[in-house]
Amino acid sequence: MITIPYLTALTTYFSYGLLFAFGQLRDFFRNLVDWWKASNLQGYAPICLGLEDFYIRRLYLRIQDCFGRPISSPPDAWFDVVERVSNDNNKTLKRTTKVSRCLNLGSYNYLGFAAADEYCTPRVVQSLKKYFASTCSSRVEGGTTALHSELEEVVANFVGKPAALVTGMGYVTNSAILPVLIGKGGLIISDSLNHNSIVNGARGSGASIRVFQHNTPSHLERVLREHIADGQPRTHRPWKKIIVVVEGIYSMEGEICKLPEIVSICKKYKAYVYLDEAHSIGAVGKTGRGVCELLGVDTADVDIMMGTFTKSFGSCGGYIAGSKELIQYLKYTCPAHLYATSISPPAAQQIISSIKVILGEDGSSRGAQKLAQIRANSNYFRSELQKMGFEVLGDNDSPVMPIMLYNPAKIPAFSRECLKRNVAVVTVAFPATPLLLARARICISAAHSREDMVKALEVISSVGDMVGIKYFPAEPKKAQLEEGRVKEE
Amino acid sequence: MDLSNGITTTFIGYMKNASDWVTFAYDAPFARAVVFGVPIGGHLFVEGLLLVVILFLLSQKSYKPPKRPLTDREIDELCDEWVPESLIPPIKEEMEKEAPVLESAAGPHTTINGKDVVNFASANYLGLMGHEKLLESCTSALEKYGVGSCGPRGFYGTIDVHLDCEARIARFLGTPDSILYSYGLSTMFSAIPAFCKKGDIVIVDEGVHWGIQNGLYLSRSTIVYFKHNNMESLRTTLEKVTQDNKRAKKLRRYIVVESVYQNSGRIAPLDEIIRLKEKYRFRVMLDESNSVGVLGKSGRGLTEHYNVPIDKVDIVTAAMGHALASEGGFCTGSHRVVDHQRLSSSGYVFSASLPPYLASAAITAIDVIEENPQLLTKLRDNVKILHTGLLGIHGLEIASDILSPIVFLVLKKSTGSLKSDLQLLQDISDRKHSVFVAPSKRSTLDKCNLPVGIRLFVSAAHTESDLKEAYESLKSVAASVLTGQN
Repeated sequence: MITIPYLTALTTYFSYGLLFAFGQLRDFFRNLVDWWKASNLQGYAPICLGLEDFYIRRLYLRIQDCFGRPISSPPDAWFDVVERVSNDNNKTLKRTTKVSRCLNLGSYNYLGFAAADEYCTPRVVQSLKKYFASTCSSRVEGGTTALHSELEEVVANFVGKPAALVTGMGYVTNSAILPVLIGKGGLIISDSLNHNSIVNGARGSGASIRVFQHNTPSHLERVLREHIADGQPRTHRPWKKIIVVVEGIYSMEGEICKLPEIVSICKKYKAYVYLDEAHSIGAVGKTGRGVCELLGVDTADVDIMMGTFTKSFGSCGGYIAGSKELIQYLKYTCPAHLYATSISPPAAQQIISSIKVILGEDGSSRGAQKLAQIRANSNYFRSELQKMGFEVLGDNDSPVMPIMLYNPAKIPAFSRECLKRNVAVVTVAFPATPLLLARARICISAAHSREDMVKALEVISSVGDMVGIKYFPAEPKKAQLEEGRVKEE
Repeated sequence: MDLSNGITTTFIGYMKNASDWVTFAYDAPFARAVVFGVPIGGHLFVEGLLLVVILFLLSQKSYKPPKRPLTDREIDELCDEWVPESLIPPIKEEMEKEAPVLESAAGPHTTINGKDVVNFASANYLGLMGHEKLLESCTSALEKYGVGSCGPRGFYGTIDVHLDCEARIARFLGTPDSILYSYGLSTMFSAIPAFCKKGDIVIVDEGVHWGIQNGLYLSRSTIVYFKHNNMESLRTTLEKVTQDNKRAKKLRRYIVVESVYQNSGRIAPLDEIIRLKEKYRFRVMLDESNSVGVLGKSGRGLTEHYNVPIDKVDIVTAAMGHALASEGGFCTGSHRVVDHQRLSSSGYVFSASLPPYLASAAITAIDVIEENPQLLTKLRDNVKILHTGLLGIHGLEIASDILSPIVFLVLKKSTGSLKSDLQLLQDISDRKHSVFVAPSKRSTLDKCNLPVGIRLFVSAAHTESDLKEAYESLKSVAASVLTGQN
């Protein structure tokens, strides 16, 4: 739950209102000008109707230089950001050959496997030579190499489930597997802030979808009770099955799922638990095994465990882990397994090697060090930010820490000023967050050294003063601040 | 009589009383009041009285059956009684079958169970997989950038090779711009919902692959299917939709087709489709997954094959896991089409970007195709050889086009069910020991109802003897398996 001060809420609404009004005004004049031109649509409806792309044209384009900044190096602790110029008020951006070396606080490089690694990279290159870059075939046809079998074994063992299925993309894993597991007559109860891939998977399944308040087990219980008692809409037949979908770490909030409570509720009401560990697997837990390990939940109680390899493992793809029968069934009918090109062998090797490093099977203690480092780094950085008076979301131990910005003008200001000082941060606004709750998001990596973080904190603090986003006094006294604030979900 | 007289008397008495009331009302203090020169008579009182009555009635609650919400105990009981279905249906024999495991790369020859086999299960059309230049560019990209990009395109996941790759694809196909997706399957199912919304009309071939089906489902548009690759059916469908819907002109209208259908190996007659599209003012979305690097004089796909300018096709998508021997996918078209996706396409916005080495593999693959057009002719020759070789195969027939790199064999006589057909085809595939082919599997989610078959992906890297081995062993196995069946 985020609480936004009244004044900030007012000014934020005012800013968006102003942007909207000016956008409309500009649209009006644009239409006047275009009216003289012969319509070149020739009977086709326009590709974007009405206000569909208003947001992009009139709001996003003004600050598009803050997003999609190209880089020309691996997304390690420091990286080269390619400078871009615009000759038409930010409508188009051109790459220049100039780069600036920036501290990377944006990539999901939690364990620092993004760059070339002494253990992983030689093995990856070897696997490229042996298996080439692609299999050009789906897993069931000719796309399963010995490497893929090994990968699934390693992953199942790592997450603590009997079997696993690996696909070539995390997004597809969610959106192609939910429809296999549940269909018409089923109910998906989803956390209100779940990732878009889950939303699309749920929609694609044809099951009924209900939402519970973000990370609120008591509300989940209420929703479950209400819907089990009511049954399916109109017919009131009992539901075929209920799947509760939650994420391990919410990427836009930095919050860690209240898994123990949720699991016990689901057990009580016989609902299946689907846990998306995209951001938590590899990043949290004593041996990097994700939120289950961190919170002491038995993996046997989580029916479907999903995760991605793009983040902590520095590769690509996603997995589903579960019982042997579940994986067998998915392998028989999941479209991502049947139709999509199997995961690229070098990427598979990267996952295998990085898991080996994490588990210390490479014969060194680098993995353990990385895990200790990311935890120490995250907690240090978070506590420092809080001390400075920023409104930081999320829980301890989570490497994701959003800093609230609220006002739309502060988004580009914060992003550009940080970049000027060679710190690359991610700013997030609508549609990834609710309109009012724009934020900057810091992702801490094990690759960051103490000096890196000190520098980052200095820059963020000075830019924070400049932009005015230290919503708390330097020493936060929560109890007093609670009053006089609007509740906002 | 007395009684009725009595009632009448009483009634008259009431009437008298009432009229006295009315007279009284007319005599009431305001009865002779004059408002704005109009004498209002006794109206005021009567109307006032009516108003009071109305207000009184309004203030009364309307009748509602008493609500009796479930008590907590009842809900508890209901929750206790509810028994969910198991998460997955019981495992049957056909689900236990494991996919064959390759012990070496999936090139034209591969190793399965320690035996060298000719591989017809990889869509490595031009034999670029394992091409020296591709390996070189991949290796240097891996060493420079690492494996993954660790972020979506918006948040520092854009690496310069991505932009180079987008520009290279656009230059190769002759379009203004293109956009990279990190997975072939997600390309269509993200691109379609970015352009089609509720209420829009999409005319689509019934044989399209699952990625397109899912995209259409997610878009919530009005979907009308036409018969597989049947232009007459497309025409009548277009005619009907345009006539039925008077508002059709104001809606976005799309025709969605594949250039070479993954589910049948047939080639879409693009020239005819473009004619129809222009007549009925529809936009065309074309999935070129199996035709980029295959069809056309220089491998530029179906548009080049039919000599159709590519700007006539509004949206082109393709997976790069076939002829380009890489992974991921792209969508190409006008600036407007491409830029719109950069913020509206969920698979692009919400997913980590393509690993940089795969982008550089795609760039190199396009370079190789441009430098070696003989690969394309070799592929076409190979397809022809296989086609001719397979003529007269017992119990099977070729459903695919003579130019399609997918040679699609279907049963002449279906056994009547998809499952037993598949089993039969699986038997045929399994029996051949030196040739590796796979039947086309079908997911239970897939709504395509074209017959399943054996799919042979022909490659330019297959030698003539590979092809000969393939058709000869296929013929002999088909003869033995299918004779027994009939």
